[in-house]
Amino acid sequence: MTAFWIIIGYLAVLILLGIASNRVFRGTAVDYFLASRGVGGFMLLMSLFGTTMTAFAMVGSSGESFESGIGVYGMMASWSGIIHSLVFFLIGVKLWSFGKRYGYMTQIQFFRDRLESKRIGLVLFPVLVGMMIPYLLVGIIGLGNAMSGATTGAFPKAFAASNGAVPPWLGMGIVCAVVLLYVFVGGVRSTLWVNAFQNALFMTVGVVALIVIANRLGGPASATKMVAERYPTMLKREFDPKDEPRLQARVAAYEKKLTEWEQGGRQGDKPRDVKPPGIGKLQFLTYAFIPFSVAMFPHLFQYYLTAKSAKSFRLSVIMHPVCILVIWLPCVILGVWATSAVLDGNPVIPPTFTNTNAVLAKLVKDLTGPILGGLTAAGILATNSLDAQFLCLGSMFTNDIVAHHYGQRRFSDRQLVLLGRVFVVGVVVASYLLALARPRGVFELGVWCFAGYASLAPLVIGALYWPRMTKAGAYASILATALAWGWLFRASDYGGDEHFLVWGMMPVAVIIAVGTAALVLVSLTTSPPSARTIAKFFGRHGAQIRAQARGQ
Amino acid sequence: MRKVVVALVILLIVAHQDFWWWNDIEPLVFSFLPVGLAYHALLSVLAAIVWALAVKYCWPRELDVAEHEWADESMSKHQEL
Repeated sequence: MTAFWIIIGYLAVLILLGIASNRVFRGTAVDYFLASRGVGGFMLLMSLFGTTMTAFAMVGSSGESFESGIGVYGMMASWSGIIHSLVFFLIGVKLWSFGKRYGYMTQIQFFRDRLESKRIGLVLFPVLVGMMIPYLLVGIIGLGNAMSGATTGAFPKAFAASNGAVPPWLGMGIVCAVVLLYVFVGGVRSTLWVNAFQNALFMTVGVVALIVIANRLGGPASATKMVAERYPTMLKREFDPKDEPRLQARVAAYEKKLTEWEQGGRQGDKPRDVKPPGIGKLQFLTYAFIPFSVAMFPHLFQYYLTAKSAKSFRLSVIMHPVCILVIWLPCVILGVWATSAVLDGNPVIPPTFTNTNAVLAKLVKDLTGPILGGLTAAGILATNSLDAQFLCLGSMFTNDIVAHHYGQRRFSDRQLVLLGRVFVVGVVVASYLLALARPRGVFELGVWCFAGYASLAPLVIGALYWPRMTKAGAYASILATALAWGWLFRASDYGGDEHFLVWGMMPVAVIIAVGTAALVLVSLTTSPPSARTIAKFFGRHGAQIRAQARGQ
Repeated sequence: MRKVVVALVILLIVAHQDFWWWNDIEPLVFSFLPVGLAYHALLSVLAAIVWALAVKYCWPRELDVAEHEWADESMSKHQEL
């Protein structure tokens, strides 16, 4: 019950922050969607960091390290520290400058101008929105399950069918309602304030949980020693033959669960496949392409545009790797310790435990008190970017569909804000209903959509740094990327093979190579953009290209 | 200095692929962090330092200047209206 009340307290704070942010709302569309382009360095850091740290940061990182060991930090966190900052520096700042100068509010407005194509929106809109929906659904379903897990036994009579826990349909409904409420009243400013609060919460909880659990296990050295003795593979990146019996036991447990799942009419989530732990060198290297997704996420694009000045990005560029370190390192260490932790002669988590996403919650619940357990549950709920995604979709429907189709001047600011709010409500309700339906394969698709955004990164890099990139090149790149993505998605059994690699590499590396090749080849064989567009986006460099064009 | 910063970023990316202790657990840093994990934690801190140098020496200062011009343009447009 303590956990339940802590979660309720946490959700109440979110609503209060939304209401408070509404008090400084100026009533304009640019304020609702972009906080009047007035966000300073600290808040921009909080919003960019909070948004890039999805539900994966706390739950997934501990779950993945429970399964694969310490290599997860190097592959996912340390790459993100390098690549995210690179993207903020080289792409975020430039996109902000064009947004500020030419008044863009969405990604598609920028691409329309840069590519001199009004129709690019017809291609990009369904791609960007279509890839965001599974990603949104995964977030909503994950939060509903997290709330259900944290409240087990709290309501033995009311929710007897779900072991006394808030059932997932209600948990999802509560989370969606709270997010809708603060996004509706406060717009992007409320999401900024909420992100700052959430970051403070999950960073503190992770560190405190690490310290408390280390003490319960006899100190950090003792906890690591248990792993070195019982499951050494977890402390390196290659499979240790000594761990073969343990792997066999896990495979047997997986096969048993899989058989039960198949015989039970495939109800619920498919059990997670078990693979020998360890990370390939090529996989480790090519994972670098995944964090490039922050170059193309529409909701991050929106946050770039909220910055007050170019200088606002400086803190994000510098501090992002450190923030990642603070949240990921404790979670990865806890996941690794969880594989071998023994208390009073009994394993804290059985070796055959396969629900890796529940590892952190179980570890904290069993080894600490109810207060830290409740705070961890709130921290897990805090690691999501649903608010930014809902608002961004509302902005895209308002600006890219309605305002673009009927003309921006036909609407007053108040009407645009109203439209934005109506679309946000529509998006939240539709997402909730879809999450209730729980489409089969949505988790697998969600992971691949993440890679899909990364695969489109050459498009924005070319648009910003290559004046010769043409409209036809962009269309060809999107098409080639979609085809390569679709082909590899199918080859992975529609995401069913979670460990799918192409010649040992992450599939995203191949898709990016195909998309880039199409972009370059088609751009070079079609007419360059007009001198006006080149001057508009490339300034001095554009002038040189114009001079060369005159010389020809 | 810009070239040094670019070289440092490349070095950071190369240093990330630490195949030299792929299969090592020891030394345990602070008696509990396996070397492969401690190295990548350190790499995150080094990344922050390299990005601080990039911000100091490679920052597109023309944007800081242009920002004021855009503001002036916007002001004069308002005055014309």
